[in-house]
Amino acid sequence: MISKQEVEYVAHLARLEIDDAQKDKFTSQLNDILLYIDKLNELDTTGVEPMSHAIAVTNAFREDRIVDSLGTEKSLANAPDGRGEFFRVPKVIE
Amino acid sequence: MEFETVIGLEVHAQLLTNTKIFCNCSTKFGGAPNSHACPVCLGMPGVLPVLNKKVVEFAMKMSLATNCIINKSCSFARKNYFYPDLPKGYQISQYAYPLSEHGYVFLEVDGAQKKIGITRIHMEEDAGKLMHDEHNPVSYVDLNRAGVPLIEIVSEPDMRSPEEAADYLKRLHEILVYLEICDGNMEEGSFRCDANVSIRPVGQKEFGTRSELKNMNSFRNVQRALEYEVKRQQYIVENGGNIVQETRLWDDAQGVTNSMRSKEEAHDYRYFPDPDLVPIIVDDAWIEAIRKELPELPLAKRERFVKDYQIPAYDAGVLTADKALSNYYEEVVRLCRSPKAASNWVMGDVLRFLNEEKRDIRNCPITAASLAEMISLIEDGTISGKMAKDIVEKMYKTGSAPKAIIAEKGMVQITDEGELLKTISAIMAANPNQLGDYRGGKDKLFGFFVGQVMKATQGKANPQIVNELLKKMLAG
Amino acid sequence: MELNQLTIHELQEKIKNGQTSATQVIESVFNRIDVVEERVHSYIRLMKDEALAAAKKADEDIKKGDIKPLTGIPVALKDIVCTKSITTTCGSHILHNFVPPYDATVVEKLRDAGAVFVGKANMDEFAMGSSTETSCFGVTRNPWDLTRIPGGSSGGSATAVAADECIASIGSDTGGSIRQPAALCGVVGLKPTYGRVSRFGLIAFASSLDQIGPFTKDVEDCAIMMNVLAGYDPRESTSVQTEVPDYRQFVGKGIAGWKIGIPKEYFIEGIDPEVAAAIKKAIAVIEKCGGQCVDISLPHTEYCLAVYYIIAPAEASSNLARYDGVKYGYRTSEARDLLDMYKKTRTQGFGTEVKRRIMIGTYALSSGYYDAYYKKASQVRALIKHDFAEALKKCDVILTPTTPTPAFKIGEKTDNPLQMYLSDLFTISSNLAGIPGISVPCGFTAAGLPVGMQFLAGHFEEGKLIQIASAYEKNANIEKRRPQL
Ligand SMILES: [Zn+2]
Repeated sequence: MISKQEVEYVAHLARLEIDDAQKDKFTSQLNDILLYIDKLNELDTTGVEPMSHAIAVTNAFREDRIVDSLGTEKSLANAPDGRGEFFRVPKVIE
Repeated sequence: MEFETVIGLEVHAQLLTNTKIFCNCSTKFGGAPNSHACPVCLGMPGVLPVLNKKVVEFAMKMSLATNCIINKSCSFARKNYFYPDLPKGYQISQYAYPLSEHGYVFLEVDGAQKKIGITRIHMEEDAGKLMHDEHNPVSYVDLNRAGVPLIEIVSEPDMRSPEEAADYLKRLHEILVYLEICDGNMEEGSFRCDANVSIRPVGQKEFGTRSELKNMNSFRNVQRALEYEVKRQQYIVENGGNIVQETRLWDDAQGVTNSMRSKEEAHDYRYFPDPDLVPIIVDDAWIEAIRKELPELPLAKRERFVKDYQIPAYDAGVLTADKALSNYYEEVVRLCRSPKAASNWVMGDVLRFLNEEKRDIRNCPITAASLAEMISLIEDGTISGKMAKDIVEKMYKTGSAPKAIIAEKGMVQITDEGELLKTISAIMAANPNQLGDYRGGKDKLFGFFVGQVMKATQGKANPQIVNELLKKMLAG
Repeated sequence: MELNQLTIHELQEKIKNGQTSATQVIESVFNRIDVVEERVHSYIRLMKDEALAAAKKADEDIKKGDIKPLTGIPVALKDIVCTKSITTTCGSHILHNFVPPYDATVVEKLRDAGAVFVGKANMDEFAMGSSTETSCFGVTRNPWDLTRIPGGSSGGSATAVAADECIASIGSDTGGSIRQPAALCGVVGLKPTYGRVSRFGLIAFASSLDQIGPFTKDVEDCAIMMNVLAGYDPRESTSVQTEVPDYRQFVGKGIAGWKIGIPKEYFIEGIDPEVAAAIKKAIAVIEKCGGQCVDISLPHTEYCLAVYYIIAPAEASSNLARYDGVKYGYRTSEARDLLDMYKKTRTQGFGTEVKRRIMIGTYALSSGYYDAYYKKASQVRALIKHDFAEALKKCDVILTPTTPTPAFKIGEKTDNPLQMYLSDLFTISSNLAGIPGISVPCGFTAAGLPVGMQFLAGHFEEGKLIQIASAYEKNANIEKRRPQL
C-alpha cells in the first residue's frame, strides 16, 4: 500500500504538486491501481529475461557527419523566457 | 593511530567526435550560445536519438588501451532527474550493461609497478551549461554542450595516496590524448575528475565512510583536494567524530573542501532501459578491427625509446608524456641520427623555452628539422656547443633555421688550422711570462691559453682543434 | 454521395478521370466540417488555408499527369504528430503554444504522397485515455450518439473519418488508441508492427509501445495508407529494415484454408451481449469465406493490463520530464525559484490523468520498487510475447472483439480510472508483443452503436490482416449506414 507520505515523495520526484484535497483521492486511486497490478506477483518469473523492446533490433548507428543545427534563434523560438542567446530560468535555491 | 587512505576516481572524458552522441550537431567548443542545437539535443517532443558509431569506436579504443573486457552486448539507460541543463529531464547513460569492464593500468609506485583496477567504462551524453546571474535571481542555459559524447572511466578504490591518484589520472590523460579521442583540456572541462576518498586504520579491511570530491580542474588541484580531505577526515576521526557520506566541493582559492549542503535528497535516479535505443552487439571482428587502429601507447613507447635510443628511462618518460613531443623527438632523431644529443636538446633548451611561455610543442617555433640541422652542425664541428646555446635561443625567438642565423651573425666556427696557428703564435708572443711558467711545469696555465684563443676569436674557434694546436705549440 | 463521403480509391478514380478536382474534394470536406464540427469536435486546429493551397498545388500536378498515391486526398493528423510551423499540442495545455521546427516522418511521407492536410485532430492529453475526454481542448463526441465517447486516445482522428470530415486520418496506438476508437466509431483502424512505421516526430507516450497507423473508411484505403506510411527510417533506432510489400495486393484475395485462432481468454464474461453476438455473426462469415476456426490459448492474457499499467506509465513519467517550462511550451508565471517553477508549471500544465500516470510511473521506477514493478512487468511482457509466438504457430491470424463494450457515455468512467483502463483489455496485448492489429466494423447494436472486430497477426504480417479484413468486409454485407448528424 502506498501511503500519503509516499505520494508526497513521488510527487516531489516527478516535480508535481498535489494539494491536500486531491491527496486522499489520489492516494486511494493509486492504491486501487497498485492493488490490481499486484496480481503479477501470482506469476513465477524466475529466470525470465526482462523484455525492453518489442522487436529485436541491434546496432542502429549514425555516421559522424555534421548537419546544420537549428541555430540560436530557432532554438529559442519556443522558449517561455528566452533572453538574448539563452534560455532563462529562476535561480536554483540550494 | 595510523591511517590508510583509499581513493577511487571517476573520470569523464569528452570524445573528439565531429558530432554529438545522438544527433548531428557539431561538438565544437565556443560557438554562439545555443547555436549547436537541434530538436534532438534540445529535447523537443517526438524526436529520437540515434547513436553516433564513432562514439562506440572511441570508447572501445579506450577500453582496449586500458585492458578492459568489452561486453558482447551493452545498452543505454535513462538517468532521470530535473535540472535546467538537462533538456530531456533525463540523461542517456549506461547503467546495468556498460560497454566494458575489468580493466587496469600500471603505475610506478616506489620503483615497483602497481596495478590500478578499472571497474568499467561507459558512454553517456554531457549536459548543457548553466550560468548564474550575479545580480539577479536567475540563471542562463546554453545547450551547445548538451549531447556531447562522454566516456566515464570508473576506477576501483585501489589508490592509497593523493600522489597515486594524481599519477593514475595522468596515465589516463596520457592514454586518451595518445588515442586522439579526447583533447584532455581540464580547464575547458573536456577531462574531468571526481574522487571518492576515505580513510581507515591500517590493517582494517572494511572501507571507511567516503566523501565524494568534485570541482577539481587540474592535476594539482586533484592532489591538493585529496590531501586536504585526507587530513580533514583524520582530524575528525582522531577527535572522536564520524565522517558523513556526502559530496564536497573543492575551493581552489581557499584550498579547502566544502560540503555541498544537503540538497542531497537521496538521489533517486529511476534508471531504466532506454526504449528509444537498441542494444549494441560487439563481435570479435569489430574488436580486432579497432585493436588494429590503436597507436603505440605511452608505456610501450617509453620502453622502445630506452631500448632503441639508449636513453635513460627518465628521459624516455619525459619525452613520451606527450605524444606530440615524442613525435617531435623521433623526427629530430630520424634527421640527425643522434638520439642522446637530441634528447638533451629537446629536454633541455626546447622544453625550457616552451615552459617559460606555457607553449605547446605543436606551436614550437623551432621545427624538428631545424633542431636536427643544428645538432648535425655541432657534430660536424661547424659550430661549438657554446655557440649552439646562443643559436638555439635565436632559433626559438625568430623561427629561423640555424644556418641562416649562423650566416647572418658570422658565427661559423673557425676550423682553419692556419688561421688558428697565427692567432696562437700572436698570443704566445704577447704573453711570454705565462709561456715560460707553462713550459716550466705549470700545466694549469693551459686553460689560460685556451681562454685567450677563444677571446681572440670571439668564441668561434673549434675547441678541439685549439686544444690540439695549443698542445703542440706550447710544448715548443 | 458527397465527395467527402467517398473513399480514397473512389476519389482517386474520379480525380484520374477528371470527374473532380482536389479543390472540389477539400471544399466538400470543409463544407461538412462547417456543418458538423461544432457538435462532434474532431479537430483541435483546422488548416484550411494550407489545405486549400495544397489542393490547388495538387490540381496543378494532376494537370501535369503527376498523380501520386494520395494526390488531393484530405487527411487529418492526430495532434500528436509534429507538423513544422504548425502548433502541435498533444491535447495538453503544457504544449498549447508549441510550434515544432520539424515534421514527423509520417507527415513528410504523406505530403510527399500528395496528401492534403485538413487539420490536427483532438485526442486524450498525451494519448492517455480511452475516451478523448482528457484533452485540454474539450471532449470529442461519438458521431453515432453525441452523448457518448468516441473512444480514445485517437478519438478525433476516428470521428473525423466517421463523420466524413476527412477521407482518412492518422492516429497513434499505445494500448489500443487506434483500434478502440475505430471500433466505437465504425471505421477501419490499423496498428502496425512496432518498428514498421516511423515514430520520429510522434510525441512519445510510451516509447516501447507507441505506433502510428491509419483510420480509413474501408480496408482498401487502409492498404493504400500503409503503402505510404510503412518503411525504415534512419532517424529512429527501433525502426526495422524489413521489406515493405505492396499492401494493396492483399485486398480482395480470399482466405480459403486459413486457420483463424480464437483465444478462449478473450471470450469471457463481461463482454457486452450485443458485442458478443456481432462477433459470433462475424465468425460465421469468416468460416463461410473458407476460414477454419481453431481454439487457441493466450495464457497470460489476464496479466496484460497490469503489465501495461506499469510499463506505459513508467516510460511516460520519463518521456514527460522534458515538459519543464524551460525550452518550450507553458511556464507558470508565479514561480519563487527553480523548484517552484518546475512544480507549478507541471502541475498547472498537465491534466489529472496525465499526472496520475506520471505518479504511477515514477513510483514504479523509484528506488526499492523497480524490481517489484518495472522489472517484473518486463518479465511478464516477455511471457505475453511468447504466448503470441506459440499461438501463431497454430493459426494464421487471431480473431477477437476489439472492445468489450460499445461506446459508453461521456463522463461515465472519468472518476474510475481502473474501469476506464478495462476498455483497452483486448487491444493492449498486441502493443506489449509488438504485433500488428486491425479493427474492422462488424455491425451495430440495437441502439445503433458500431461494433468492431479485431484481427492480430505475427510481426510484419500486416498483409495478412488486410487480406482477412478485406475478405470479411466483402462478404459480411453489413448494411451501409452513416451517422445521422
Ligand atoms: Zn543536436
